[in-house]
Amino acid sequence: MLAFTLRRAVQAVGVMFAVGIIAFSMFRFAGDPVNQIVSIDTPAAEREAVRKSLGLDDPVPVQFVRYFGDAAQFKFGVSYQFRQPVSALLMERMPATLELAICATVFAMVFGILMGVYSALKRDTVLAKLFQAVSLIGISLPTFLIGILLIYLFAVTLGWLPSFGRGEVVKLGWWSTGLLTLSGLKALIMPSITLGLFQMTLIMRLVRAEMLEVLRTDYIRFARARGLTTRAIHFGHALKNTLIPVITVAGLQFGSVIAFSIITETVFQWPGMGLLFVQAVQNVDIPIMAAYLLMVSLIFVTINLVVDILYTVVDPRLRATVGRAT
Amino acid sequence: MTEPVLSVRNLRVEFASRRGTLRAIDDVSFDIAKGEVLGVVGESGAGKSVTGLAVIGLIDPPGRIAGGEIHLAGLRIDDLPPEEMRRIRGKRIGMIFQDPLTSLNPLYRVGDQIIETIRTHLNLSETAARRRAIDLLAEVGIPAPEKRIDGYPHEFSGGMRQRVVIALAICAEPELIIADEPTTALDVSVQAQIISLIKRLGRDHGTAVMLVTHDMGVIAETSDRVAVMYAGRVAEIGPVQDVVKNPLHPYAKGLMGAIPTLAGDDKRLMQIPGSMPRLSAIPRGCSFNPRCAFAFDRCRVDRPEPLPRGAQSVACHLYDDVPAESAA
Repeated sequence: MLAFTLRRAVQAVGVMFAVGIIAFSMFRFAGDPVNQIVSIDTPAAEREAVRKSLGLDDPVPVQFVRYFGDAAQFKFGVSYQFRQPVSALLMERMPATLELAICATVFAMVFGILMGVYSALKRDTVLAKLFQAVSLIGISLPTFLIGILLIYLFAVTLGWLPSFGRGEVVKLGWWSTGLLTLSGLKALIMPSITLGLFQMTLIMRLVRAEMLEVLRTDYIRFARARGLTTRAIHFGHALKNTLIPVITVAGLQFGSVIAFSIITETVFQWPGMGLLFVQAVQNVDIPIMAAYLLMVSLIFVTINLVVDILYTVVDPRLRATVGRAT
Repeated sequence: MTEPVLSVRNLRVEFASRRGTLRAIDDVSFDIAKGEVLGVVGESGAGKSVTGLAVIGLIDPPGRIAGGEIHLAGLRIDDLPPEEMRRIRGKRIGMIFQDPLTSLNPLYRVGDQIIETIRTHLNLSETAARRRAIDLLAEVGIPAPEKRIDGYPHEFSGGMRQRVVIALAICAEPELIIADEPTTALDVSVQAQIISLIKRLGRDHGTAVMLVTHDMGVIAETSDRVAVMYAGRVAEIGPVQDVVKNPLHPYAKGLMGAIPTLAGDDKRLMQIPGSMPRLSAIPRGCSFNPRCAFAFDRCRVDRPEPLPRGAQSVACHLYDDVPAESAA
């Protein structure tokens, strides 16, 4: 088990190294960084001084090692547009994105599993068919459209929920949370639904399909022959087997929830990392873009690792093969 | 005579399909007494398994019990509400399925599955149920049961898993066990062990056993009586020695002739030409008539009804005109 975790961790570091190379090369591909820092009429000597002070005259491998070393300590340089350390900017924005992503995932999991189980068990009811139809909409409508429709309905027409921003936030150390104020919670509703809707429909369809599959298996038939209650069969035996693939998908989807939050954050002007990234793209703020790339990959890689480990916790068969393989 | 544990009368099971209703079981009747093992043989699709599923009430739509009655120790069970039937399943009727590898939920320890079943049917505490589960595992011949009870199904071999399945089937001391091809998925060497285990359990607890199989050897070894099924009907039923040594129905004769012997005589094994008709194309009259060497005109028109012949009962027109007393 430990060896398995270690091996996966080493692989994760390898992936991060590769992403680091890509992030680093962004600086090179986007032209001479010095040009983006200084103004057009800066004398050549001054440009050289800036270049030297930033270490840009060193050989490329040296620069890369330095960049990677700094990145490993969460130092990503200084933003061109804000003139502030990128790590400070990211830290400031991260709580907003994470809170949004977690709320969206919880929303997606809770409703996705409930609706999926329902539509598998009561396949022929009107409600189950309605869920199927709605899920088709959720899976095919683009996020920004859902966001705008929600804003139109609940913010503009009904005036129940705020159309943008995070509401009031409370500082807990460096973490700023919107979960403790009413306006913060209200502001969270629409972005969470917008961001989570796609995952919810995905999970719902997956749970439904898996559940139907599991209900056909021999051990469910045998469980029925043993006279277990329908409840025990459906929610004990069937659901647990259903959840294995759901964990994987939901886990991996958490990464894309964070990545997709770019769009939702733009629609709702949510002050998170995604919005920061969009602004960075508009202003060719390479340090922020590179740092964002690294952060998102780090989150992805971490989630993958956690999902792999979770898998072995849920499925005893995997535990055995893992134990044997190591 | 005491009341049989299981009494099936004129059972009919139908499956609704796009091309009309298919009759999988047609007018099947049999009894199983306390402590008796009834073997049910026949080719694939003869309706053996469906009969077992009908008895335990697990025929799923589009199938349904379309007629007849099933009585368990005098209680009619084929028309019980689902919740009451569920209480009977596992408690009064235990079932063993064909494939032990897929019969157990892979995510739960075998002990938890046994304890769950025990506590569903018997009012026992967690610790008492656990003790009972260990006893059960010991009874079905699992070594070191107090340790193995915390194992997961994948940690057991096929034969051991089938023993666990049997422990699960008998955990509430049922009056009837339905064993649906319990040895088909197992190694030959393990088959004999499982068969003798089922036989021993039936004897020790006075449990009636309905043993569904296509293996005549298993039947000859285990059963007290045997029912030969063909195309959803019982062709012949009777004490196992009589049916094996002196089969009456031409189909039963064919089946017995197809058993290889160890005696070493060079006789070719008999084979029955043709194959069983599909449910959608059961011939008129006797369903066996297209394959029967003795078929005559009447077989192609009238459906033979089971008639008693000594201890046996046979559904064949060949025995129509012979008075029952003078047979055997």
